[in-house]
Order: sequence, then C-alpha cells, then structure tokens
Amino acid sequence: MLGVETSKPSAVSHQLSAEGVSFSYGKKMILENISLALKSGEWLALLGPNGSGKSTLLRLMAGLLVCNDGVVTLGDKWLHRPNGVKLRQSSHPGVSSWQRGQRIAFLPQNGGYPEDLSVEEVVTLGRTPHLGLLGRAGRGDLEAVEWAMEQTQVTEFRHRLLPTLSGGERQRVMLARALAGQPQFLLLDEPTNHLDLHHQAEFVCLLAGLRSQGIGVLTVLHDPNLALRADAVAFMHGGRIVAQGQPGQVLKRELLARVYGEMVDVKTVDGQPFVVLGLGGQRD
Amino acid sequence: MLARRVLVFGLLLGLLLLGLILGVGYGAVQVGALEVVRSILGLQENPIVTELRLPRVLAAMLVGAALGISGAAFQGLFRNPLADPYLMGAASGAALGVTLAVSLAGGLTGAFAQNAVFEFLPASATLAGFAGAVGAVLLVLLLSGGASRTGDLILAGVVVGSVLVSLSSYLMLQSADRVRAVLAFTLGNLAFVGWGGVLSLAVYLALALPVLLLLGRTLNALSLGEETARSLGLPLNALKLAIIGAVTLLTAAAVAQAGIIGFVGLVAPHILRRLLGGDYRWLLPASALGGAVMLVLADLAARVVIAPSELPIGIVTTLLGGPFFLYLLWRKRNVGG
Repeated sequence: MLGVETSKPSAVSHQLSAEGVSFSYGKKMILENISLALKSGEWLALLGPNGSGKSTLLRLMAGLLVCNDGVVTLGDKWLHRPNGVKLRQSSHPGVSSWQRGQRIAFLPQNGGYPEDLSVEEVVTLGRTPHLGLLGRAGRGDLEAVEWAMEQTQVTEFRHRLLPTLSGGERQRVMLARALAGQPQFLLLDEPTNHLDLHHQAEFVCLLAGLRSQGIGVLTVLHDPNLALRADAVAFMHGGRIVAQGQPGQVLKRELLARVYGEMVDVKTVDGQPFVVLGLGGQRD
Repeated sequence: MLARRVLVFGLLLGLLLLGLILGVGYGAVQVGALEVVRSILGLQENPIVTELRLPRVLAAMLVGAALGISGAAFQGLFRNPLADPYLMGAASGAALGVTLAVSLAGGLTGAFAQNAVFEFLPASATLAGFAGAVGAVLLVLLLSGGASRTGDLILAGVVVGSVLVSLSSYLMLQSADRVRAVLAFTLGNLAFVGWGGVLSLAVYLALALPVLLLLGRTLNALSLGEETARSLGLPLNALKLAIIGAVTLLTAAAVAQAGIIGFVGLVAPHILRRLLGGDYRWLLPASALGGAVMLVLADLAARVVIAPSELPIGIVTTLLGGPFFLYLLWRKRNVGG
C-alpha cells in the first residue's frame, strides 16, 4: 500500500472498454447493456439529454463505480471484477487502484477546489498515483508537473492560490492536475460547464491537442457543437447508446429532434454541420 | 515558503519552551527559570516541580497536541473548516461515560463530589470517559454505515452527540449532589492529571500521531474532493477509517484525562493554515505543536487570572478562542473578500 509499482507504458496502443455494461441504483435502471471502446489518441464525446446516463457511464469507465453486469477492461485487465466472477476463476488479472490511478485520470464536474493550496501544489497532487502515500517527488515527477502546467498554460501563475483565479484558469489548473499523472486515458465530466464561449473554444482546442500526445479522451458534453470537434460521438438516451460514430453522421436532425424535440435543427455552414435552436416557430 | 515554514516551526518550539518554563515556574510558590530547568534536568531536587507542576504542564502539551492535530485531520477529512475533534461524538460520549461512572459507583464520590477541583481523577472515571468516547464514535460509524459517506458521518455525529448529552443531563439531575464533579470534568481541567495520566497520554500519542503524520498526502488529495481522491488511486475507505481511528484514540485519551476542552482543535489548525498554507504534510505537525502551545498558555492563564483559585481550562480556551476565531473570520471577510 505504501510503495507503488509503476506500470511502464508500452508502445502498443491501449484500449479502455466497456462490454455489455448495465448499472442500476436499487431498482432504477441507469445503464442498460452498453458497449463502448476508447482507444489511445482518440477523442470520444458522450452526448445526450439530462439523465441519459452519461456521467454514470463515465464513472464506470473511470473505475469509480462498479457495474451490476458486464465488464470494464483496461487493456487486457479487468478495471473492476464483474459481479459474480471470483478473482481466482477469472482468466484476466485485475488492476490495482494505484495502477488505475496511474493510467486513468478523472475530472469531475463540480469537484470543488482547495482554497489554500497553490496552483503548483494542486497540479503536483496529480502525481499521487505514482508516489503512493509516502513517496517523495523525484525529478521525473517534477518534470511531469512542469509538462502538465505548460500544456495547459498555467505555469505563469503557479504560485497563486486557487480562489484568486478566474473560472477558466481554474479549470485549466484542474486539467493540469489530471495530466500531471501522465495518464493513458483522460475522462472529463462536462469540462466546459461554467466557461464562457472564448474559454470553451480554448478548452476544446486543448483537448483536441492532447490526442497527438497519444492520450485517449472521453468527455461528457452537453453542447453538440463542441462535440463536433471530437473524433467520435456516442449519443445516449434513456440509459442506452442510440447512435455512435463520426459526429457529422450521428448528429442528424432526425435523432436530435427525436431526443430533444422539434426545436433543435441542424444547419450546414461552410460545409460543416451546426446544431441550432430553431426558436423562430415558437415566437409570436 | 520553506523559510517561512522553518520560521513558524522555530517560533512554535520557542513558545513551547517558554510555556514550559513559565508554566512550571508559576504558582503559589514561584520557582525561578533557572531552577525550573535544573529541576527538570534532574540537577536539583524540587518536588513542587517534579511531582506537581511538571506533569500538569506536560499533560497540557500532550492534550493540546492531540486536539490540535485531531482538529486539523478532521477539517481535512470532512473538508469543513468548522470541523473539530469532537465532531463524531467523542466529547459527549466521554461525558456520559464519566457521568455514569460517577453516578453508578457511589463509593468513589466522597471527596470527589465535594470539590469542584480535585487532586486526581479516579482511574475508573478516566476509563469510563475513554470508553464513552470510543463507544460514541463506533456508534456513529455504525449508524452511518461505515466511513464511505462523509455527510452521513456528520449527521450521525450530531444526532448521537445530542442524544448522549441529554442522557448525561438526565443522569446528572438524578444525582444532583454529584453534578459539581461531573460539571468540573466537562468544563475541562488539567489539575487532576498526574504522572500516570501523562504516561497514558504519551502512549496514545505515540500510537496515533505517526499514523496521522503519514496521512498528510491523503488529506491533501481529499481537498480535491472525495471522487477525485479516489480516482488518484487512494484506497479511500481504509484511509478514512485510519484517520477516524487515530483521531478517536487521541481525542478519547485527551478527554478522559482533561475533560472537554473546546476551541483548541478548531483554532490552532486555523491559525497555522493562515501561516503555512493548506499542505497537510506541514499543517498536521504544526497543528500538534500549535495546540500544545495554546493549551500550555491557556492553562497558565487559568491559574493566573483568579489566583490563588483557578478557572476550568475549558472556559479559558473558549473565552479566548471564541472571540479570536470571530476576529479571524472578520479579517478574512475584510481582507480576503
């Protein structure tokens, strides 16, 4: 528990996948028979209306919730052992919580932030999975922290306390914290919430850039137009994935109208699809 | 930042030494600083120092350290600046234990009941206080179904605390002649801690202090929220139980020996957080030292203010700590806002 064996990232591409996953709170079914795969260097966006199960699916993939049925695997290992399968009977070995932390970074929507830690201290906390409870940060850890701060452009205010930052700056610090662990997969729950248009665009560009670093990104998003920048979209409704594929092919008027109602329309501007609110017919 | 940390720790150690010399020196018979040091080092024989005052001052330090570090740990665990070591019912549990011991064991109440301040607390009462504190925390854990849901822990702590307080109030009413003794205990008093009490406090500190000091990074990660801390790979349920276990041992030992002493566990971590920032790897040891300093000085004040009589130390810490805490809040609002 005190020492942490570091898992070496191998050259082969990795995959984080859910197969036939179901999840329920008591009798209420939240997710039903979902299969989803996230590869390294890919940005996959989860879209769908409130209560469609996006955040729950994200938490299952992050290993923070355990599914009732089905399996979530990280490479060739169980992320968590499916119900009813005893560890010894399983042909796959499991992943320890420290290894999971090293390979999957998770950024919740309203995680809260410490009021009396500096930016650098917060970002350094992202090294926790590599340091364990007691390890001292070595050169590699400090380099990873510098790298994460550079990626997110927070280096210049590294010594400031979090409450003194704007919402957009703080969100970048939180992303830096997640990146500092040099994860293979980055799971974000509505990361552009509370950001203004400028910062939304900035954040999306940042995420898009992470793909070239070989990081697999999975985001829950509300805004379909932001999801158009992703490599793939999984559209959820009522606990199921109802459409999956390239954003331009998934985000069609028929699907959006079926889920969100007739007020949503898709226009094409400069050859690119855009989702718009068709408020015209509602006004008198 | 490092220079600042060294300065703060140096200052705390200096104040602690000063408190030791003043605390041991002051009393009906004044003992000079040099004689205090010589007696403590065993170069000179002075029973007033070695038998009466030294154990008392050492007890103040140990109780203060226990409450200070416990407060810091609970503020981190519950992510709440108002959390104090008694949040999970340790104080009301200890009070009920002592009340039970005093009202049931009629034999030990003779001299005990007549003096609000007594020489030494009977061992059975100390034991009952310790058991009461541990029992209350276990009850809270049971009611909230373990340590996984932090909000439930706070709620269960408040409920158990209230129920236990009303139980001991009822018991006190039933044996009105012993109310004074129980009240003296619940208001906090270091006068009845002898070398035996110091030894027992030292043992519990030696057990629980290292555990908490090793959990600094865990508490740092918790400041990002429980879900994030879990996603960082920390086995959070086990770690939370370790924190609660260590704090319970420390608080139970402190309350059992010295009664309920308020505000030290709340204020000491607060002041040090202002000076050192929120890194628990520094804040935890600093809060232990700061709590020790505060309690030694408060005990000195308790003996000086209405000398030759003395005030219960719990009243002193609350009277000094309360307004000071308000001042901190006021300053934060006016400077920080």
